[in-house]
Amino acid sequence: MDLCETSLSRRAVLGTSGALFAWAFMPRFAFAAGGRDARFVCIVLRGALDGLATVAPVGDPAYAGLHGDLALSLDGEIPALPLDGFFALHPSMPNFARLYKAGQASVVHAAATGYRERSHFDGQDVLESGQPAPGRTETGWLNRFLAGLPAGERVASAGALGVGPVAPLVVRGPAPVLGWSPAVLPPAGDDLADRLVALYAERDPALHRMLIEGLKTEDLIAMNGPAIRREGGPADPKGMSRTALGAARLLAQDDGPRIAGLAFEGWDTHANEGGVKGQLANRLRGLDDAIGVFAGTLGPKWRDTAVMVVTEFGRTAAINGTRGTDHGTGTVVLLAGGAIRGGRVIADWPGLSDAALLDGRDLRPTTDVRAVAKGILADLFGAPAGYLAREVFPDTAGLSPLRDLVA
Amino acid sequence: MSDDRAALTALCRFGLGPRPDDLARLRSDPRGALLDELARPAAIRLDDPQLPTSQQAIARYAAHQRVVSRARQQRAPGEERAGATAVALRGEAQPGMAAPAMGGGSALSGKMSAETAPPGMTPPGMAGIGAGPSPDVPLYEQEVAARLIRVHDALVGFTERLVMFWANHFAIALKDGPVRSAAGPFEREAIRPHILGRFADMLKAAEQHPAMLFYLDNNQSIGPTSNAALKNRRGLNENLAREMLELHTLGVDGGYTQADVTALARILTGWTVASADEDALHGGSFTFAPVRHEPGEQKLLGRSYPDDGVGQGEAALLALAAHPATARHIARKFAAHFVADAPPPALVERLATSFRTSGGDLGELARVLIDSPEAWDAAATKMRSPQEFLFAAVRLTGKPDQLKTALGQLVAMGQPMWNPGSPKGYADGSDDWLSPTGIKTRLDVADQIGRAAGATEPLALATAAFGATASEETLRAVRRAESRPQAIALLLMAPEFQRR
Repeated sequence: MDLCETSLSRRAVLGTSGALFAWAFMPRFAFAAGGRDARFVCIVLRGALDGLATVAPVGDPAYAGLHGDLALSLDGEIPALPLDGFFALHPSMPNFARLYKAGQASVVHAAATGYRERSHFDGQDVLESGQPAPGRTETGWLNRFLAGLPAGERVASAGALGVGPVAPLVVRGPAPVLGWSPAVLPPAGDDLADRLVALYAERDPALHRMLIEGLKTEDLIAMNGPAIRREGGPADPKGMSRTALGAARLLAQDDGPRIAGLAFEGWDTHANEGGVKGQLANRLRGLDDAIGVFAGTLGPKWRDTAVMVVTEFGRTAAINGTRGTDHGTGTVVLLAGGAIRGGRVIADWPGLSDAALLDGRDLRPTTDVRAVAKGILADLFGAPAGYLAREVFPDTAGLSPLRDLVA
Repeated sequence: MSDDRAALTALCRFGLGPRPDDLARLRSDPRGALLDELARPAAIRLDDPQLPTSQQAIARYAAHQRVVSRARQQRAPGEERAGATAVALRGEAQPGMAAPAMGGGSALSGKMSAETAPPGMTPPGMAGIGAGPSPDVPLYEQEVAARLIRVHDALVGFTERLVMFWANHFAIALKDGPVRSAAGPFEREAIRPHILGRFADMLKAAEQHPAMLFYLDNNQSIGPTSNAALKNRRGLNENLAREMLELHTLGVDGGYTQADVTALARILTGWTVASADEDALHGGSFTFAPVRHEPGEQKLLGRSYPDDGVGQGEAALLALAAHPATARHIARKFAAHFVADAPPPALVERLATSFRTSGGDLGELARVLIDSPEAWDAAATKMRSPQEFLFAAVRLTGKPDQLKTALGQLVAMGQPMWNPGSPKGYADGSDDWLSPTGIKTRLDVADQIGRAAGATEPLALATAAFGATASEETLRAVRRAESRPQAIALLLMAPEFQRR
């Protein structure tokens, strides 16, 4: 294996073409997180996660009736994992349950963005762009957060990590984005790559930047363990944990990225959603494995890590006519990591009675996902509230960051 | 120089890129070449007696499933439930996406292995319990093979690009065996016949196609007060109705409400696929099941639709096709796909007007694009999608003879055939494909293709690909490459080849 040669040669090329990430903008706020060298991972679940099936309000008198024979219960054949007496976790998530017990995982329930229609794609755009309404999708909120950090600051200097053949919108924008996805093809030779870098340098700045970042990321991964080959796509449970492994390996490095955005798919369970077993159960297992991989791979860095799992909106409270659920509103945000003040389900619970449901069909949201994200960015990185309300989540001055999520 | 530029615009912006002799052929009359291709029906349809209809494909898959389930029952009568779970789990399992070995792959007509199966695909031999390999995999690979040959043989490729555009507009994904079996037939039956016809006809053909009904769950949707609902507790599923309004017709800002979604879902109840297990004659084809249809009048977008069975939905589809919001939605998407991510407003307006005044004549829409100066003048900034890139490379370097390799390359670049991550279809913007890992993966693909095409003279290929428009830097990189494969890979990765 000629990994060393590969890396050396590429670094030589990078050396002549200047800094890996040129910082083209001015710092907008002073960095004030003290001595903590924190990591933040945002996992976007595309397709709208059924929050009531993930963290079930088993103590709510209306829940079992609404979710019918798909409802989780504490005394079923495969019992749900009790969290706090009112809420119970899907049995496919033992890693999350273990972290919850250890005080390293929390749930925010009845959460939603400010978006109140039911289009996946607009909902995802709002969730990932951080904008108050659909239609502005040039940049993601996590990237704008990075772009506001002081030049040379260690969180900013390594850029964000966007995982997958197409980087999730949440990390796209002016700040540099490292890209990585599990390998499918044998890599092209180093000499060829060097020649193409030279050609792009002369002809196409955008392609040049992308190619350099792609090569650099591959080198970083290769230096820290055996190659990670693709096993299944973003909707496959195995694909989720492979993806998490690559992201975790990069985040674990001292000079690697501090911020990562991942997207897992396949949560749009309109038909045959399944209960303790079935398609949703399988995907939750994949998500849980991915969280377990982060916890296991980040080593000492896990202590200062926050993983935030979000989705565009929830699903109908009642099972529909095809043993699934249609597009809804309120759902869960899952938080995990050594930096999370865990062991809590944070919810201003609206209830599931007919009168309590939004539009007579959805879990009514009582917490804004943006308040959760703002709280974590504020407490983990010291980001000032003004910057968060203006640049990261525009027009949210009236929406206070949810504090004390971070230990 | 200017002649080369216009010919390359026809070949790359409208078409799928030049084969070695195409640039010379199109130089005298690029616009005429596009119109000429539109006038050849044989170039649009893909009728191959070897390829089964969707009905045949679905029936074949269902027959295989029957054998599997019978074998399972006979083998372990007491463990039926456990067996079913095990198979379902294996069905979910992903085949390893190992690299397709160069030269070791099978020919286009041959078998595809699990390694290059697109996401969600059951590897051959996994699903059977003494029932042989599941037929959905070979059906899919046979369709992709036919498509790759067509892509190579197309004179310019404008009609193929129209097929790709409309198939992505009415996107389906390979979520299970029935859709996998019917994915290729969907494009041949619901899309191709209508790319130069009327939008309303394509809309009806797509929404009534078994692949779409399976993919968006309408085969399971039942009117809440229909006779079928009285017998079991199943009911409405609004998946197809919502995506039809949001993605296929009006667009997300087209002015509909949740009440419209629910009303359309009710209107569409009963639109299903005849069971191949119960109906030997019609099984696997579209059918209207009155017993599942929600009785009564429905109100959609302010207009009442009396209940006349399947006609209620067909009337609703006609109104959606004729809605001004649909014209705007389609015009913008069409211009953004072919010309630029932020298309010139005048072009969008012209296309929308054509769509409205012609009653959704898609041939007219294509001709308006050809006649629009913006389509010829706009700079080539848009990134080719992975499929466009691979097809252009295949056309330039020769016939694809490695199906397995091509499938693996498309999976690696994030755009396998007929398998986007959502009903929205594959992303269409440059920013979506211009990512570090995306470009790095294209380089790996170009490397493979360069090695496979190694005997070709690179500078001749550069002339065939770019004519007089190649940049000095690209020509120099090709000339100075250390080997022919490397030169070809550089040519394929050059900005001139990546953007259109």
